[in-house]
Order: sequence, then structure tokens, then C-alpha cells
Amino acid sequence: MTNALRIQDLTVEYKTRRGVARAVDRIRLSLEENRTLGLAGESGCGKSTLGRAIMRLVPYPGQIADGNIYINIDEDIPCKEGDIPKGEVDITELNEEQMRVLRGKEIAYIFQDPMTSLNPMLTIGSHFVQMIRAHDPEIEKEEALDRGKEVLEGLGILPERVTDYPHQFSGGMRQRVMIGLGLVLRPRLLISDEPTTSLDVIVEAQILEQMAELKKKFNLTMILITHNLGVLAQTADDIAIMYCGRLVELASVENVFEAPQHPYAQALLLSVPDVTKPDKKLVWIPGAPPDLVDPIPGCMFNPRCPMAMDICKTQVPPLIESETGGLVACHLYGGK
Amino acid sequence: MTLRSYVTSRVLLMIPMVMLLLTLVFVILRIIPGDPALLHFEKGVDPVVLAEFRTRLGLDKPILEQYFDYLWGIFHGDFGISMQDYQPISTHLFGRFPATLELSIYSILFAVLLGLALGVKASKNYDTTTDHSIRLFSIVTYAIPVFFLGMVLQFIFSIWLGWLPTGRRFPGRYTPPPTITGLYTIDSILAGDLFSLVTSVTYLILPTITLGTILCGIFIRFTRTNMLETLRMDFVIAAQARGLSNGTVTYRYALRNAFLPILTMIGIQFAALLAGAILTETTFSWPGLGTYLVARISRRDYTAIQGTVVFFGVLVSMLTLFVDILYAYLDPRIRL
Amino acid sequence: MALIEAKNVKMYFPVQRGFIDSLFKGETTFVRAIDDVSLQIEKGETLGLAGESGSGKTTMGRLCVRLLKPTEGQIIYDGEDIADIRGKELRLLRRRLQFTFQDPTSSLNPRLSVGKAIADALKFQKLGTPAERKEKAEEVLEKVGLSPASSFYDRLPHQLSGGQKQRVVFGRAIIMDPEFVVTDEPVAMVDVSIKAQLLELMLDLKKDLDLTYLFISHDLATARHVCDRIAIMYLGRVIELGDRNQVYENPLHPYTVGLIGAIPVPDPKARRSEAIPPGEIPSPIDPPSGCRFHPRCPKCMEKCKTEDPEFREVETGHSVACHLF
Ligand SMILES: Nc1ncnc2c1ncn2[C@@H]1O[C@H](COP(=O)(O)OP(=O)(O)OP(=O)(O)O)[C@@H](O)[C@H]1O
Ligand SMILES: Nc1ncnc2c1ncn2[C@@H]1O[C@H](COP(=O)(O)OP(=O)(O)O)[C@@H](O)[C@H]1O
Ligand code: SF4
Ligand code: SF4
Ligand SMILES: [Mg+2]
Ligand SMILES: [Mg+2]
Repeated sequence: MTNALRIQDLTVEYKTRRGVARAVDRIRLSLEENRTLGLAGESGCGKSTLGRAIMRLVPYPGQIADGNIYINIDEDIPCKEGDIPKGEVDITELNEEQMRVLRGKEIAYIFQDPMTSLNPMLTIGSHFVQMIRAHDPEIEKEEALDRGKEVLEGLGILPERVTDYPHQFSGGMRQRVMIGLGLVLRPRLLISDEPTTSLDVIVEAQILEQMAELKKKFNLTMILITHNLGVLAQTADDIAIMYCGRLVELASVENVFEAPQHPYAQALLLSVPDVTKPDKKLVWIPGAPPDLVDPIPGCMFNPRCPMAMDICKTQVPPLIESETGGLVACHLYGGK
Repeated sequence: MTLRSYVTSRVLLMIPMVMLLLTLVFVILRIIPGDPALLHFEKGVDPVVLAEFRTRLGLDKPILEQYFDYLWGIFHGDFGISMQDYQPISTHLFGRFPATLELSIYSILFAVLLGLALGVKASKNYDTTTDHSIRLFSIVTYAIPVFFLGMVLQFIFSIWLGWLPTGRRFPGRYTPPPTITGLYTIDSILAGDLFSLVTSVTYLILPTITLGTILCGIFIRFTRTNMLETLRMDFVIAAQARGLSNGTVTYRYALRNAFLPILTMIGIQFAALLAGAILTETTFSWPGLGTYLVARISRRDYTAIQGTVVFFGVLVSMLTLFVDILYAYLDPRIRL
Repeated sequence: MALIEAKNVKMYFPVQRGFIDSLFKGETTFVRAIDDVSLQIEKGETLGLAGESGSGKTTMGRLCVRLLKPTEGQIIYDGEDIADIRGKELRLLRRRLQFTFQDPTSSLNPRLSVGKAIADALKFQKLGTPAERKEKAEEVLEKVGLSPASSFYDRLPHQLSGGQKQRVVFGRAIIMDPEFVVTDEPVAMVDVSIKAQLLELMLDLKKDLDLTYLFISHDLATARHVCDRIAIMYLGRVIELGDRNQVYENPLHPYTVGLIGAIPVPDPKARRSEAIPPGEIPSPIDPPSGCRFHPRCPKCMEKCKTEDPEFREVETGHSVACHLF
């Protein structure tokens, strides 16, 4: 299997007035084609920042400080400012125009809040036309619109509604439009950042089901960012758990849920309410994550960790292979 | 709310506003200062002349009757007669209005275009030297007195370089183009008279730049703040993530949405525009309403002052109304 | 006897229209946020109120504590109809019936220290001297786990985490020693890792202070862990009500079945079995005829399109509004 995405020692920093916050800290991971990687962790642990970094759209004052992001491209992509050759490409090396060409065409991104991610001044149809024509100016407006209609129809939205404005759509419909926009150019990698978090359970289930179908149909590789472990259990193949900008565990979905290795992953799973297990005793993780501007030495989880040892307070645990075949970053493992 | 009912209620709302304005002007200029006839002559005047003066101007009537005469007149386009020459004030107002209008239109165009361009540039280069210089420029222009800037420009371009005339609207030795709109540039185009067009433009340049620069500071700052806010919005980032070009994202997405509040600002700035016009006209001997008002103030022509102020007031309310309706029309969330 | 009973309560909000529209077009249209709901809340229980966004949960909660005056119907508290009381009587009632708002961040004044925010609740009720109020507020801070109180009293809301803000919100509700508290989505905004902690705090407070809760939540998994009984709402109606085991193990109404089936289960082996209801919740301005769920119902019958099903008890303590039962 080829890797659709390979990230090496990626570090992203926000330079704020209070100091530098390292929201993504030397992350290394690779993602095989046609798989769905779930990215989980508490709010503020850097999930969105990592996702945005893969698009090279980290918001101001953030910046990719170090590392490489390789994506696999299966055909040469023409570009005014230097064609992009097929094969593995390091996108941190590309110029802005080359990056623009890749966005939407090779990598698509879906945002958390469907209410604010469409331009309120444009009709739904114009969103499609502008996107399609940004990648291929030769395409006629009508043809672009027809392709938009086709995609919308597949998502259960009447094609004649392309003349409507976003405010005339419900949250669920807007998120479908966002998915349609994400998929209309058949990208290979789809990053969705909390795509259903602001939606109701029924609409959430409808949309996740549609996304699963589309994934199969279009051979997509997906990164699904969410703090909802229930959603991940139902949709992901692999799960990566982040804590304070670091990757602490990466394993197949079964192994994460059945045999979580990292103490943080274990605690997180115990805190999730489960509708099928009314007698599950919910536990919580005491305290709060440290301030990223003022990071603590050693394992960032040590003040909250029930298993913390002396070494945890001084040395950062390396990411090593775990017994279950995944990766884990904790001093409890690795024979020391 | 539909656009129609919005427009209707907005127009209905204007009636009490204008009534209040008219009453305020009457109270401030006619009642508070005391007897306008005495004030006009200042000192020692023949009681017979005074009495006749009062009768001609209707100042002998009870104050309430004067008030209703005044209102009734205004609704018929009659702004009373001048204390100076006993001519109807409306003749002067309508005669001079096109000059002010022409200057105002070009100035606001200049201010808005420059304001948008610099504001967008600053926001795109947030927190860089470009941004800081543009901000400084906007603060400086806002603080400079009109006549000072006017005189500096006159000194450089008229006196020193001799490129442009120091003042007035058209050279005395030629006849201006035949009056159709009263705007010399438009009239020369309508008459197909290239010479008049070039001449009127040369006369317009300095006053336009003066007034436009003074006004543009506020547009720069307002555009910059609104653009910064909009550029951080989800739908703008989502557009980038779809691979739309930088220009499309900046202008079609960000600026188009940031423009709505800027439009309201333009509406609010009309009052400042007319105030600025008065000073600019005086500096450049521009034969508009401003010079008229200043001349009448020095002659203590209370009725003329009152008429001009009322005219300005009504004009500002109508322009603001127009802008508000335009706003509603442009925003699809209000438009039906 | 029930502590709070709602009898045939309706809450219609007039649709916002411009002044001119109301001149031109005669009749006003209404959002039927609550349309004929009867509900009993027993002393000492936690009743869950669940359903999709816009189904009327918050509105129902506000009616129960008389933050809203019902358009029609009775709200009976301690054997007395409180639907129409006002003025001083209503103010005194506020001490006994409390409501915590959905979003802790926007319900706290950003410029008021959290200790003062709690103490002010007493001030509005004209209780105690400033010193007494401060003392009581510190006691409450300790009680909701913000300890030591002295280090929290003077903090501003932005200096607290989401979970801590939610604690302040609880503190403000309990300082008056209420009998009944409506908690509107108390843990929706906090991270899953501390959710359980807040839920436990709620249950501890309930035990210590003899509280009765109406627990509003769209998160059915959480509701299952806290509630004794649960009411499911759809488009301004309660469509199913029962003991939590009855509702979760044996849901009757097709909507409840769909809703429970849609909950993501944190277990990769558990696959969704139930079909998810298609479409979205319709507008409460002009709800569908007959059974309100019929356009989305997989089991819809002819009769459902015209006849409104009655809400009736089908087994002890388990009621449902559906023609199938
Ligand atoms: N003050 C109001 N004026 C007009 N309509 C209202 C008002 N309050 C609520 N509504 C409407 O009543 C219906 C029910 O609203 P309510 O807030 O009770 O829903 P909810 O179930 O609490 O939803 P959520 O899960 O989003 O909090 C909605 O359609 C809402 O738009
Ligand atoms: N625009 C920004 N400016 C400064 N800090 C930011 C910005 N965006 C995110 N951060 C910080 O980066 C960290 C990671 O944030 P984010 O990636 O949004 O986390 P998640 O998606 O996991 O909730 C947080 O500490 C957050 O405060
Ligand atoms: S490294 Fe130490 S502190 Fe960190 S999770 Fe492992 S045991 Fe706990
Ligand atoms: S009454 Fe009919 S439409 Fe309504 S839920 Fe029952 S079966 Fe479905
Ligand atoms: Mg996020
Ligand atoms: Mg609510």
C-alpha cells in the first residue's frame, strides 16, 4: 500500500503576545490510501491546527516552524508557477500558487461550523462555479453549474436550489453543500474538522452515512477530526490521539477502544458516556491540560497521570511501537 | 422582512426625522439668537427702514405663523428670501448646488476608491511595515485641516509647478458648457466638447484630491478593520481551502462582505463630506453652496443661512436613506 | 403529588415582523414552540428532556420555572397554579425555582467577578447584608468545588475554564436553596474528559440539598447516565415519556427509535442497526397535520396524516403519542 500522506516532525507555532504556543509538536505519522484516520483529543490539543497545516492554511499568527508534509499525487499537475510532478511531493516546499492548485483538487477540507463556512453573499451555485473555474478556467459556467447540481442531487438536495443563498438552508443542508464542494473535484484526501459537531444526532448520523458512501465511491483517504469518540468508533479505521500538540497514541480503531496503551487514552475512554451501557461508571481526568505558552518539561500529561514516574517529569517519552502494533509515547513502555 | 416593507418603513421614518431637523434649525437660527432683523443691521438703523424690512421678510408676523410659513415654503421648494438682496434663496441654492454636487461626487469616489485600495492592502499585509505606514497615513489625513492641505497643494501644483489652476471652477474668459445637469464634466461630454471637459477636469483635480484625502482616512481604517475581521471568517478560509485564487478570495469573498458595513460608513460620511466641501470650496473659491454659505454668514444674512442649512440637512438625510436602501438591496439576507 | 405539573401548556411566540408588514397583512403567525404539553415532575427525581434542536426543550424548561408565561395552560407548583402570578409573588417564587442557562460563557457578566455574580443573586432577592452575602457566596463556591473560595471569589469569568464556569453557574442557582432546578445543557460546552466530574457534582448537590432536576440535553448518552425518567420532545410536543430503562431499552415511538439508533456508540463493534429517519425537523410555524412526525416516519399509516395521536400510557409509567400503540 502507498501512503497518501506522510508527516514528518511537523511543528506549528502560534506567536502570541503571551509567548510562543506550540500547537503541533514534532508530529510524525503516515496514512495509507483509502483509510480513515480519526484524530481525537481535548479541545485545544492542536487537532484543527494539524489539519490546517496539511492545507498550509494555519491562521495568523501561526506558522509551520519545522517539518515536512508529503502527499502522494498520481498524475502530473500543471501549474503556472512550476508543474507539480506525480509521486510523493513535499508540500512545505511548494510555492503559494502550486499550493492553491492542490487545495480543493487534491486535498479538500470541511469545516466545523456549516453556518459560517459559506459566503452569505453568494448563491450555492456560484460557490460551485467559482470553485470549479478556479481549477479549470476553460469550463463554461453552465457546465460547472451542472456538475454542482449533480453533486448536490447525490447528497439529497434538490438541484433547483442552486439559486438559493446559504441563509435559506438549514445547518444540515449547508454541511451537505460543504461536502459537495469538497468532493466535486474528486480529491484524494479529505480532511474534515468536526464536520458534525454542531449538528443534531439524526442529521449527524445521516451525514456520516453519506460520507462513508462517498468515501467508498470516490476512493477517498480521510482524516476525521473530532472530540467525539463515539463518532470515531463508528467511522475511523485508525485513531490518533493528541495531547498538548503531541501524538500520544496511534493504533487501529479496535485496538484503541479495546486495549488503549497510553494512560491518557485510557482515561479519555473511561470518561465517554455510552448509551448502551447505563451502568458504566464514568470517570474523569483531574485537572486541566497545561498552558501551551508555558509547557512543562517531560511528559505533558504527568501532572494528571495516575502512573507518573520520576522520569516523566524530566524526559519527553519518545513515540515507539506498542505491543498492539500501534504507536505510543509513554515511559511505561519500551523496556526502560 | 421584505425589501419593500423595509424601504417603506425607512422612508416613513424619515418624515419625523426631517421635521425634527427643520424645527431645530428654526429654533437655533431664528428664535434663540433674538431678533434677526436687528442682528442683521447690527447697530443704529432707521426704525422706518427696519419696519419695512420686517414686513418684506415676514418677520413682523407672530413666531408660530412664521414657523408654519417656513415649513409650508420648504415643502414647495421655497427657502424664503435673502436679507441681502431680497432674492428667493432657492434660486441661489439650486444655481450653486451642481458645483457642490460635482465636487462631492468626485471627492467621495476618490476617497472610497483610495480608502478601499489602501484598506485592503493594509489588511492583506497585516502587522507589516506596509500596514503600519498605511495606518499612519490614515491618521495623518484625518487630522490635517482641510484648508492647510488645500493650500499646500495649491502652493506645489499651482504656484510652484504651475500645472493646475489655484481655484474657481472654470476660467472666466471662456463660457462653460451648456447647462443640462449643471455638472461641467458631464455637460461637456454631453455637448461633445473636449476642451471644456479637459478644462473642467483640471479645475476639479486639486479640490477633489484635497477633500477626498481628508475623507479617505476614515475609509482606510474602516476597510482595514472590516477586512481583517472578514478575512478570518470561516467562509473566507473555506474558499482558500477550495483553491480559489487570492484575488477571488480577497475581492469576491472578503471585500464583498466587508463592503456592507463600509457602505453604511459612506452614508454616515455624507455629513462630513458636505462640511468638508464648505471648507474646500472656500480654499479653492469654488462657486458652490459652501462659498455661498460662508459669504452669507459674513453678511449676517440669517434667512439665507437658514435656507442653506436646511438644504444641506435634507440632502444629508436623503443620501443616508439612499445608502441604507442600497445596503438592504445588496444584502441577500434582507433582499427578497 | 408531583412537585411541578404542566397541564396542557402552550407557548406561542409571534413571528417577528416589521412594523409595516403588520400594518399590511392582518393576522400574525406564531412559532408554536410548545403545543399542548402535560408533564409531571416528581419530587426528588431527575427528569430528562431530550430531543433535537428547536424541539422546544429550553422553552419548556423556562415555562416550568416561570421565566416565560405560557400562552395557555397551567403550571402547578406545590398544588398552586403559578401560570399567572406576577410581581412580588413571582420574585419570591424565583428563590425556589432556578434555571441554569445553556452557555456558561454568555450567561456570566465578563466584567463581574464570579464571587460577586453568585452573591448578587441574593442581592436581587433583597436578602442579607453585603458581608453575609459574601460569606454565603464563599460557602457556595466551596460547595461547587471551587476551593479555596478565596482564590476564586475575585476571578473574572475569562480566568476560568469552561468546566469551572459551569460550576459558577451551578453556584448561582443553588445559593438561594431552591427546591427545583432546570439545567439547560449543563455539559454541552465542556470537554468529555471533565463531563463526568460535573455530572457527579450535580448529583452530589442534589443529594445534599434535596433538589429536583429537569435535565435538558440533546445528548441522549449523557442523559441516560443522569436521569431517572426521560421525556422525548419533537416539534413542541412530548412524544414519549418513561422510566429511563423503558425509553432506552424499549423505545416505542418511531422517532425515539431513530433518535436512539442514531447515537454514536463508543465501541467499534457496535454497528448501527436502526434506519435513521430521513429529512430534518420541519418548521414549528406550520407543523405537519395529524402526527407531526408523519412525513419522516417509516411506519406512517393513512390515519397518521390526518389524526393527531393521543399521548397515552401504554405500560406503567411509559406513555407515547403514536397510533401504533
Ligand atoms: N423568544 C422566542 N421568540 C420566537 N421564537 C422562539 C423564542 N424562543 C424559542 N423560539 C422558537 O421555539 C422553538 C423551540 O425553541 P427552544 O429554544 O425551546 O428549542 P430547544 O429544544 O431548546 O433547542 P436547542 O437544542 O437548540 O437548545 C424553536 O423553533 C425556536 O426558534
Ligand atoms: N489563531 C490562533 N492564535 C493563537 N493561538 C491559537 C490560534 N488558533 C489556535 N491556537 C492555539 O493552538 C492550540 C491548538 O488549537 P486547535 O488546533 O484549534 O485545537 P483543537 O482543534 O484540538 O481544539 C490551542 O492552544 C489554541 O489556543
Ligand atoms: S510518560 Fe509517564 S506521565 Fe506520561 S503518560 Fe506515561 S506514565 Fe504517565
Ligand atoms: S402516529 Fe403514525 S406517523 Fe406518527 S409516529 Fe406513529 S406511526 Fe409514525
Ligand atoms: Mg478544533
Ligand atoms: Mg435549548
